Amino acid sequence: MMDFAHWLPIVWAVILIAAISIYVVLDGFDLGIGMLFVAERDETRRNVMIGTIAPVWDGNETWMVLGGAVLYGVFPGAYATLLPAFYLPIMLMLIALIFRGVAFEFRVMTRDTPRARQWDFGFMTGSAVAAFCQGAILGGVIQGVKVTDGAFSGGSLDWLTPFTVLCGLSVMCGYALLGATWLVWRTTGGLEAACRRWAGRLAVGLFACIVAVSFWTPLLHAPYLRRWTEWPNIAIVAPVPVLVVVFGLLLAASLRKGHSRVPFLCALGWFFLCLSGLGITVWPYAVPPTLSLWDVSSPPSSQFFQLVGTAILLPIILTYTIYSYRVFRGKVSEADGYH
Amino acid sequence: MQNAHDIAFLLARFQFAFTVGVHIIFPAFSIGLAAYLAVLEGVWLVTGRQVFLDLYRYWIKAFSVVFGMGVVSGLVMAYEFGTNWSVFSKKAGPITGVLLSYEVMTAFFLEAGFLGVMLFGMNKVGRGLHFAATCCVSVGTLISMTWILASNSWMQTPRGYRIDPANGQFLPDDWLAIIFNPSFPFRLVHMGLAAFLSVAFAVGATGAWHLLKARRQGRMSTEPVRVMFSMAMWMATIVAPLQILAGDAHGLNTLKYQPAKLAAMEGDWNSEGRAPELLFGIPNMKTEHTDYAVGIPLLGSLILTHSLDGKVPGMKDFPRDERPPSPIIFFSFRIMVGLGVLMMLVGLWSLWHRRNSTLFLNPLFHRVALCMAPAGFLALLCGWVTTEVGRQPWTVYGLLRTADSVSPIVLSSMVVSMTVFVVVYVIVFGSGLGILVRLLGRAPEEGERNADPLHASDILATHMHPAVVDASAAKGA
Repeated sequence: MMDFAHWLPIVWAVILIAAISIYVVLDGFDLGIGMLFVAERDETRRNVMIGTIAPVWDGNETWMVLGGAVLYGVFPGAYATLLPAFYLPIMLMLIALIFRGVAFEFRVMTRDTPRARQWDFGFMTGSAVAAFCQGAILGGVIQGVKVTDGAFSGGSLDWLTPFTVLCGLSVMCGYALLGATWLVWRTTGGLEAACRRWAGRLAVGLFACIVAVSFWTPLLHAPYLRRWTEWPNIAIVAPVPVLVVVFGLLLAASLRKGHSRVPFLCALGWFFLCLSGLGITVWPYAVPPTLSLWDVSSPPSSQFFQLVGTAILLPIILTYTIYSYRVFRGKVSEADGYH
Repeated sequence: MQNAHDIAFLLARFQFAFTVGVHIIFPAFSIGLAAYLAVLEGVWLVTGRQVFLDLYRYWIKAFSVVFGMGVVSGLVMAYEFGTNWSVFSKKAGPITGVLLSYEVMTAFFLEAGFLGVMLFGMNKVGRGLHFAATCCVSVGTLISMTWILASNSWMQTPRGYRIDPANGQFLPDDWLAIIFNPSFPFRLVHMGLAAFLSVAFAVGATGAWHLLKARRQGRMSTEPVRVMFSMAMWMATIVAPLQILAGDAHGLNTLKYQPAKLAAMEGDWNSEGRAPELLFGIPNMKTEHTDYAVGIPLLGSLILTHSLDGKVPGMKDFPRDERPPSPIIFFSFRIMVGLGVLMMLVGLWSLWHRRNSTLFLNPLFHRVALCMAPAGFLALLCGWVTTEVGRQPWTVYGLLRTADSVSPIVLSSMVVSMTVFVVVYVIVFGSGLGILVRLLGRAPEEGERNADPLHASDILATHMHPAVVDASAAKGA
């Protein structure tokens, strides 16, 4: 039983990190496309951009609901500490996601009225604000939360620091890159060419962000620094920065050479590496720097009951999600659309 | 400082009630409409009659708007448990959080995964697969309702748990007992029927509007309009009486497991036999008396115990700090019941018109049906107010007080977020309602077009009277 209680939270932490990662990359390109509305003013092209995600965005956002629900059911101590700690950025993010989400339908249904432009603006701003908040919350978790007796005891603006602002901007930049490379893959002609240009610039920006966050994070808490600099950890974590550079070079080359799918995969690679890096840094804390996974987890009976369902359902979910992506595969152009 | 905390606590409650109250409308709409769409597509596949495909395509546009609003308002709920009720979520998370996770995995993904195919995939996959996608979405909405009501019912009538003496956490003992707790089956049936009934009256009102419009313009109503109106009235005729029976059964269940709630609903203070049923009154929590009471003798005992001298509970049976606020639920309950009876009468009236072959001809009946558009949703909201306010002062009935469930939130944050929520919800969901009214104000026609992300604008612009376009454009500006 002791072993059971030890291993279940670890299994769940891996599932939770996987769910968050899936959310980040899937909704990442949705939110990125929203932010790219800044650069693309042409309505026909905007319709194509939205057309590439309209059938799948809802499923993408569901991974965030899963993240929240798993945190609630399996790590209620973390859910009850982190959510009050990030009360304002979470509320702001939810409101931003409301504008982003309804804009998919509303902008189409109000076309030919002045309202359509307003919903486009809502889509763009909602995407940008949601991305920033997600980055700031992530940064806030890494930075740590003030906890007394297992409950949040800090101030409502504790989360807002230069570090979390940098994290927010990094995630905005990263999502925009995912969006641009997704569009390189899924569109044609002038829009695709424009996305290649944007992707190149965003990649440079994101690389700078990754470097800045990587050097700043270990300075936040002593254990973080030890994790990355002490032997033998260093041998295990060394490939992460090396691979970041490799993917960066590959991304630059593939954008130049006109590959359609490789740039998106490289951007995914970057996200995977960054999230792994964060995982390595923070492990095994659920609420750094005080509460570990085991401090915040629900009783083994809850975790086990939920694990059985997850083991059966997650493969099924992945199967039909992939099916639904396949139904809408291929390039979307201004001429054809979904007929 | 204590005062600031009390206001923050009140705002946390009000915020949760406001956001969940707005949210509940959309899933209820989606549950009913998805089932209606599945029926329409199924009938179309079997009979091959164009009118059912036209209706399917007509209603799927409204569905896409309603579903979108349900998704975004629902996301708020998944996080609000933690932001506003962190102590509750920490203690009850091992049970309610797990049920919510099952809802996400069995329902939300299913709906979201097949919604894209349903909305945009008619010409990408075969007819059979498309129908399967519609059914998956419909089944997803029903599964979703099942889990969330299991969770809610567990908070009302908790079973199958132990309490951890160390930290007060609810530990699951028996998952079947947790899910199939005593009030769950009743609440599930009552809510499911409410969703169907709400949508029946929304569809019926849309049909009635177009029947009236055709009559005003001196032309024959079209087939899709007549078919939707007829289908909606059949639903009203059949479901409204069933709903009254289900409500009665649910009431008896409440009498057994939550007598304090029932006493507050009825405005009864003293436990007694041969009790009257109050039609009106103003319950006063301070003086422990219901003022201006107008009642029908003996009916209270008859309804609640199904016998004339059955004993009904009174609020004085319970300590003052365990009584739910009677003035609210006394009225919400009566509005719900009143609307339910009205809906049943409309259903019966339609039967009479059907027999006389005047179902599509009687403008008075159509006007009444039009006015009944929000009846189902209003009744549903009043029902939720009754059961949730009636659960007070507890979050987990009899075990965890609402006042002990709240997060360590700061008043200033609460005020800011509450203000923003109200403003944003009014703008966003007000616009959504406007769009919905516009969509449904246009009559369905033969060869109704598909919902299409690239060309869907045409469904509004090209088929609408120029004056209407101008008017709404002017309104938009």
